[in-house]
Amino acid sequence: MSWIANTEDEQREMLRRIGASSLEDLFTVIPEEVRSGRLALPGSMSEFAIREHCAELAKKNDTSLVSFLGGGYYDHFIPAAIDALVSRGEFLTAYTPYQAECAQGTLQAIYEYQTAICRLTDMEFANASLYDGGTAVFEATTMAVRITNRRRIQCSPTLNPIYRRLLETHTFNLGLQIQTGVDPVGAACVIVQNPSFRGTVSDYTDLAQRCHEAGALLVVVFNPVSLGLLKTPGEMGADIAVAEGQSLGIPLSFGGPYLGILATKREYVRKMPGRLAAATVDHKGLRGFVLTLQAREQHIRREKAMSNICSNEALCALRALIYLCLLGPQGLKEVAHQCYAKTEYLKRLLPAEWLADNATTFNEFVVRLPISADQVVERMLTRGIVAGLPLHSVGAGEPTELLIAVTEKKTRGQLEFFAQSLREVVCS
Amino acid sequence: MFPDDLYYTEDHEWIRDEGSEYVVGITSYAVEQLGDITYVELPELGADVIRGETVATVESVKAASDVYSPVGGHICEVNDFLESRPELVNEDPYGEGWFFKLDSVRVSELNKLMKADAYEAYIKSLEK
Amino acid sequence: MQLIFELSKKGRRGVQIDPLDVPDVSPPSHLCRHTDLRLPEVTELDVVRHFTRLSRRNFGVDTNFYPLGSCTMKYNPKVMDRIAAEPGFAQLHPHLSSCPAFLKECQGALALIYHLERLLAEIGGMDAVTLQPIAGAHGELTGTLLIAAYHKDKRNEKDLVLVPDSAHGTNPASAAIAGFKVVEVPSAPDGTLDREAFRAALTERVAAVMLTCPNTHGLFEPAVQQIAEMAHAVDALMYYDGANLNAIVGRCRPGDLGFDVMHFNLHKTFATPHGMGGPGAGPVGVNEKLAPYLPGPRVTKTEEGYELSEPIKSIGKIAPFFGNFLVAVRAYAYIRMLGAEGLEAVSANAVLNANYVLSRLREYFPPAFQGNCMHECVLSAVPFLQHGVKALDFAKALLDKGFHAPTVYFPLTVKESLMIEPTETESRDTLDAFCDAMIELARDASESPEKLHAAPTTTPVGRLDEVRAARELNCIYPA
Repeated sequence: MSWIANTEDEQREMLRRIGASSLEDLFTVIPEEVRSGRLALPGSMSEFAIREHCAELAKKNDTSLVSFLGGGYYDHFIPAAIDALVSRGEFLTAYTPYQAECAQGTLQAIYEYQTAICRLTDMEFANASLYDGGTAVFEATTMAVRITNRRRIQCSPTLNPIYRRLLETHTFNLGLQIQTGVDPVGAACVIVQNPSFRGTVSDYTDLAQRCHEAGALLVVVFNPVSLGLLKTPGEMGADIAVAEGQSLGIPLSFGGPYLGILATKREYVRKMPGRLAAATVDHKGLRGFVLTLQAREQHIRREKAMSNICSNEALCALRALIYLCLLGPQGLKEVAHQCYAKTEYLKRLLPAEWLADNATTFNEFVVRLPISADQVVERMLTRGIVAGLPLHSVGAGEPTELLIAVTEKKTRGQLEFFAQSLREVVCS
Repeated sequence: MFPDDLYYTEDHEWIRDEGSEYVVGITSYAVEQLGDITYVELPELGADVIRGETVATVESVKAASDVYSPVGGHICEVNDFLESRPELVNEDPYGEGWFFKLDSVRVSELNKLMKADAYEAYIKSLEK
Repeated sequence: MQLIFELSKKGRRGVQIDPLDVPDVSPPSHLCRHTDLRLPEVTELDVVRHFTRLSRRNFGVDTNFYPLGSCTMKYNPKVMDRIAAEPGFAQLHPHLSSCPAFLKECQGALALIYHLERLLAEIGGMDAVTLQPIAGAHGELTGTLLIAAYHKDKRNEKDLVLVPDSAHGTNPASAAIAGFKVVEVPSAPDGTLDREAFRAALTERVAAVMLTCPNTHGLFEPAVQQIAEMAHAVDALMYYDGANLNAIVGRCRPGDLGFDVMHFNLHKTFATPHGMGGPGAGPVGVNEKLAPYLPGPRVTKTEEGYELSEPIKSIGKIAPFFGNFLVAVRAYAYIRMLGAEGLEAVSANAVLNANYVLSRLREYFPPAFQGNCMHECVLSAVPFLQHGVKALDFAKALLDKGFHAPTVYFPLTVKESLMIEPTETESRDTLDAFCDAMIELARDASESPEKLHAAPTTTPVGRLDEVRAARELNCIYPA
């Protein structure tokens, strides 16, 4: 099975036309001693056999558990129309819209996505997508360094520890100082996350002002679903807003593909990484869309490009756009509101002294338990519940702290069963 | 083909002596290579620059190019009009499409630049 | 065509949400949004019809021949999409891998990661593979960061990376973002690396040499082993850009050619549809020199099952978890379905098809270089400049013939280049139809160039004003 159309007869005729005697003849430029011979791979499989084999592997992953895992990646409801539309071959099997006239579907979708993201965040420009939330934090950081010519980065202590780790890894050879704190003086940017990794909600309007007085940029990492309810990065005065877009109709997928969202102010658009679509007209005056400001990108500016990004997550951006269209303003408000209200309900069902942070939270909160969080999640598993993320496992808290996420999908019954179970396993 | 009163660089900048100041822009050859100019990033006013330093960037739809200072000096004026009307560079590269002005120029460095006939010969050699 | 925002009618909805079944509470007002959320208000049918119409304004591999050079637009079998949609993969929470207590709930996924890494290591001739890098360029960045870590560890003072002038723009961009200075090495007239220039550029300061092989001229680098030997003599590491792996997959391994580190483009070579620009995946393979620095965690196999460990000298994390897992799932299924013989057939027919196109078009469009090509051929439209016809005009005119254009104006080393990569999944019938169209256009270009200038006329819009787009920057719908 190799999905090859040419028959042996055709291959022979084609070889004759080329002037080669055999298929091997086409590879004589590869020195004999480096040809590998037949690779040591398992034998080939039919479509039926591979389906069975992979279904077996998939079954070894338990997705039937009732899960309260979040930590930046959330189990929201995904409408069926998204899968139906993104599996259309004209979207799925197209590539980067280099020939605009035969890629108007892609380009208009990107333009609509950019518009939806800007309206969601109250920012002025959004790019066509980055890899994920963590690499978007990295891109925002190098963007801030380019704009300010400064090399010190301040990261809030409640930034997702995975993002922090990604930032440190990506920049380790660039000589930047990545520090913990929110002091804008002398910094290229201050990076804060709202809601924070611990689920707490803040208003960073004052910090934005302090950043601007100090000549630093404010980077706000947001949760896109939360903006159905919470104050936006644009309202706070953020210079760059970035997010993990997974919550917008993208399945959890064991870590990817996800969606890096990045939006900024007009004055910084030329320092922004990634593709950008723009509206224009054709020779008849008909509206159409093209990629623009490509001179920022690697295929033109090479080592001086704003980023090395080429392949992005366009299909995931399309998912996010369709999600936002299906939900509409009312739907997104309701989803956000339910995440908030159900989280509050669960908090009230638990002993008040377990709640670690005395702050408003959105769809997630931390409990500090009398026993280790590892023990608790082990015991909860026996009841069919993934109780949350022990914070110390991602290097972000005490061994007794557990991060619990609640989305709109959780029912009152599940929340009550969770609270009762948690009390029981802690006391047993 | 190229104005006689200018000095030229191999990177296709021109510079004109206007007495107390020197005006800098890019040549019609550079403009032709770039196509329609869509954006010009101008140097910082008041900066001291050395010969060959990157001081500006010019972009078209399919290309981006750095602009280098032809000689050392002090940037005493920039052509702000280019920010909103980059097409001036296409329309009038030696006039309204100028980029910036220098004073306190290292005059001796002008000797290292080409006159019009030498620049024309240089362009011919590139096109071969 | 209207924008989805232009279809909006106040009060319409696309999704019904269950009523709230817990007490209704709201956060304090000062933490809440006070601006309008101006998303479209549309029904599900509005959405379905709008995006279906949009899709019909696109060419894709499923609808048209798509010989976009350097992009490997092969047909991607539908079974891979079905497998990737298995709930056990698609609905799996990644933090199940963050906590030891949960590892038993994701053993199938960890097994798949472990085995795909082994399969790719065998295909690349590498010792270890990480699936973390999210795209090809991200793989390049990961690879150059690994190289940086290696030299730091050895206290080698190296700050340069050599990149041929024919390389993809991502190579120099990735090296620069990894903190290196880029030195461009010119190509020789025959399209391969200029050996003399390479020798001159190769100093003690060189940390790495990045090569694409076959290169973007569609040529196998005949001196690749000697180049690797020379690089290794100054402890510069050899980076293999896997963009063109489809030409040699199954018959020649970058590790055997002398490369120390490489990335695979799973979306190009191993059956993930390109999705209008992504997602793809760019796993990185390394030999024993770089294995200690790989990003973590690594999946290991023990008697109890699959576990996670952190390499001692790990550079850290490149992706939040294991990269684009669902892309990895597709690649795993594809490689298992093909097996070793199937992979050999892939490269054989990819190279056969490209040479067939070359043989049919060479008398009309001069090839940029002599001899056979590998998986893609680079032709030039320079002869038509005398009639005022450019490579871009051929690209646009092909759209009217129902073909996606080849890559034009890349590689930068060839004037008016047309870079054609047919891939192995296209039939001779399709190639003949494409070549016939090209030959007809070549005639038109000499006899009635205005026809090409007017193209495309059958697409939803004609040629678009890119200058106006860049000057006006209308990137979000203003109303």
